[in-house]
Parts: sequence; C-alpha cells; structure tokens
Amino acid sequence: MKAFTYERATDLRAAVAAAAAPGAKFISGGTNLLDLMKLEIEQPTHLVDISRLPLQRIEAVGEGLRIGAQADNATVAADDRVRARYPLLSQALLAGASAQLRNMASIGGNLLQRTRCTYFYDPSTPCNKRTPGAGCSALGGLNRSHAILGASPSCIATHPSDMAVALVALDARLELLGASGTTREIALRDFHLLPETTPHIETVLLPGEMITAVVLPPPPSGRHRYRKVRDRASYEFALVSVAAILSVTGSKIEGARIAFGGVAHKPWRSLEAEAVLHGRPATLDTYQAAADAALAQAVGRGHNDFKIELARRALVATLVELGGAS
Amino acid sequence: MTPRGGTQKTSFNVNGTPHDLDLDTRTTLLDALREHLHLTGTKKGCDHGQCGACTVLIGGRRIVSCLTLAVMHEGDDITTIEGLGRPDALHPMQAAFVERDGFQCGYCTSGQICSAIGMLREARAGWPSHVTEDVAAPTIDLTDEELRERMSGNLCRCAAYPNIIAAIRDASGGDGA
Repeated sequence: MKAFTYERATDLRAAVAAAAAPGAKFISGGTNLLDLMKLEIEQPTHLVDISRLPLQRIEAVGEGLRIGAQADNATVAADDRVRARYPLLSQALLAGASAQLRNMASIGGNLLQRTRCTYFYDPSTPCNKRTPGAGCSALGGLNRSHAILGASPSCIATHPSDMAVALVALDARLELLGASGTTREIALRDFHLLPETTPHIETVLLPGEMITAVVLPPPPSGRHRYRKVRDRASYEFALVSVAAILSVTGSKIEGARIAFGGVAHKPWRSLEAEAVLHGRPATLDTYQAAADAALAQAVGRGHNDFKIELARRALVATLVELGGAS
Repeated sequence: MTPRGGTQKTSFNVNGTPHDLDLDTRTTLLDALREHLHLTGTKKGCDHGQCGACTVLIGGRRIVSCLTLAVMHEGDDITTIEGLGRPDALHPMQAAFVERDGFQCGYCTSGQICSAIGMLREARAGWPSHVTEDVAAPTIDLTDEELRERMSGNLCRCAAYPNIIAAIRDASGGDGA
C-alpha cells in the first residue's frame, strides 16, 4: 500500500474542501477502497475519513424516506420503515456482501464501489479504467461476468452493487455537497455513467463532491422482489439480478418498475420493459414481451452470451412470482 | 514525488483495556491487533475481506478487521477472541465449538466464534437476512438455512460447517450472545 496522510473529518464543508485536493479521497467503510489500495490500484495520497460525520440518520420526509449517506448497509436493511415500505431495498442490501461487510459499508460508498472485473483487479493486464487508452482485456478475454447492455469497445465491466439496482427502481435521488459548499440533487438513474470512451469516469461527481443522502420518494404500490442469480447461494456478486415492483388489479398490470443488476456499467433501469407491462394483462405472454423489450439491445461478448437468456428468464420468473400468470 | 504518510496517534479499547498507539496510517486494525498489541488470536487469512478469519466485534457488531484502518477506530470498544473467554472459563460459544468439534485446523475458528456472537445479536434484534421469507417479519426463526446464510462471510477450508452450525445452534439456546 502506498503511503498517505489521514484526517478524520468533523465538519462537512471542511471535508469536501479537503477532498477536492489532487490525490485526496474520501474513506468511509473502506471495504472496497482499502482492498484496492492494498493492490495499489487506488493510490490516494490523502484520506478524508467521513464515517463519523452526522450523516447516519434515516428520517421520514413527507411520505418518503431520507437515508443519510453514512448510514451503514446493515442498519438500513434492518430499518423497520425500509422493511415495511421498501422491502425491495432491504432484499437487495441483504443479497449483497457478507454480514460483516454490511456492518461496515456505507450507503454512499456502496454506490461508489468499483467494478469487480477481474482485469481491472489485475495490474498485469491492460485496462482502460486503470490506465485510459491501455485497452480492454475483457473484450477478447474471459468475460463470463461482463456487461451485455450499454457497454462499449472501451469497457465491458459491470457495476457490482445490488443496492443501487433497487434504488434505481425506486426512483431514488441523491443529495450532493460540492467542494465549494454548494448542494445539488440528482436522480440516481443519472448518477452513474456508461463507459463510452472514458470508462475511468464512472459518475457525475465533481472533485471533492460528496453524496450526503439518498432520498426515496413514496414507494410505488405493488409487490416487491429483488431476485439475484449467482454462482454461489450467498456472498457472491450477481451474474444477473432483477429488481421488480409489480402492481396488478384483477388481471391487469397497473404499474411496474423494472431494473437489472450485473448486466451493465450502471444499475440498469428498463423503461422499455415497464412500458410493455403497463396496462397489459398479467400473463406469461406479457412478461415475455417485457423481457424481449428489456434485452432487445443486449450484446454478448462470447463467454457472457448466456447472460442475455439468463436475464430474460430471471425477469419472467420474477414477474410470475409477483403477478401470477394466467 | 513520493507521498509521505507517516504515523498518527490513535487510542482505542481492546477487551476493556485502553491502548494508545502511534501507527503508520496504513496499518489495518488487524495488523494493529496482531503486530502491535500481540493479540494473535485474530487471524489473517485472505487480507481482502473475503474469508472472515479476522472478524472482531466493535461495539458488539461484527466486522472484518483487515478492511479497516486502525486510525479509523479512535475511541472504539473492540472485542477479540481473547476478550471472550479464557481456557478455564470459556465463553458459551467457545464451549459449544469444542463440544461439537466445530473446527479441524482451527485457523478460521476465532473469526467464526466472533462472527457467530455478533450474528446472534443481529438475529435477536430481529434483523432479516437474504433467506428470510418476509423481511418485515418482526422476529427471526433461526433455521439452519438462516444460520448458513448469516455465517456465509466466514469460510472454513476444512469444511467443518455442519459442526459449526451445530455449535452455534447449541449456543443460541443459551446465553451465547
């Protein structure tokens, strides 16, 4: 690990100002950043520890919920309001990592974790994320776990978060604090970037800018399910995951929210699938049409071709579970 | 220019004893425990948060000590395996692991025991898990499936899992937490 200086932030404004300096980074749970620092993939020269800033509260905002970005993953998953009204979020959080890591990792850090692409983690191979312009080793390499939607010739890495998939389905918004003290709010759907030609730029965050809260609007009506398909039953990243909320009255679909994990460089909301579902009868034909719409633009890279069919089946199975099928 | 990090003073309590340390900022909590405080009951397995051998309790909650910096724990109350029991007065979870042969080589055992104690506290607080059918249910029925899911962050390369589950089940009936 490269040497760095450390400060424990006690003031929000001072923290963002300190983190805007070249080489500086925020640290909170540390579960991803320290791992990458040990491998010298991340080499910050200064760490600003924001884990003790007063950003842990989970509070009602009207009919919605505001979750401080320094709340830990375990506490949010276990929160009574989250469990009762946003079970999709509890399910997604509990599907991720291990209990120990969930006790450590912050909500803001979860959103900012880096890809687990094996080539990104292997400094002996070229990677456009680590070294812009170096090339992508996954394109012609072992890419079984890689992206099938929204990828580019520069990068086919996926975003590893489960939580973010649920949050994007719930129309979550982020509160951000900039280095100069200005605040702004942004839809999570617009926060992560597709790789295009600059896969090393992963979010719209500016230097020093901090996520201070995740804001959930009132939950949409309907049943929730986060379904994660992976190589092991527990403690493994998703090959494909589906976050779905489905509202059915009689046999007609009144509303649907659909998002996928493990398939793209960002949590992947599928407005295409939602448009197909809305107003249609809750039947297997409808679900399959929605899956076709969701995966219409999917591209396999060889080893990951199976993920297109896997995503389709995972979505259909989730919708059958939530809405039945006549 | 090579960045300069240097050392930083940190104070925290380990098993009830206060410690003042002056550490290289890069020192993980795990290395501080083992190399500076010579509490070698906490084991270094993968050093990347994947195996759980370094699990300790902070304020009663289980974490992996390899993926956190010692300097981040100013003022914290840390419990390691050495703080749970002694050879002549085992913690109920330790006694259950012995009784049930919940280990072979023993390398993962400190982490398994600290993790199991933290896990029982979580379950008693009503925290759901990935296999809990209804995450909104107020209480948890600690089935073997629940125990396996909740302990999935602790690997045992000897695969003593059936006996680990049996030991935790025994301890969960008493004051194992």
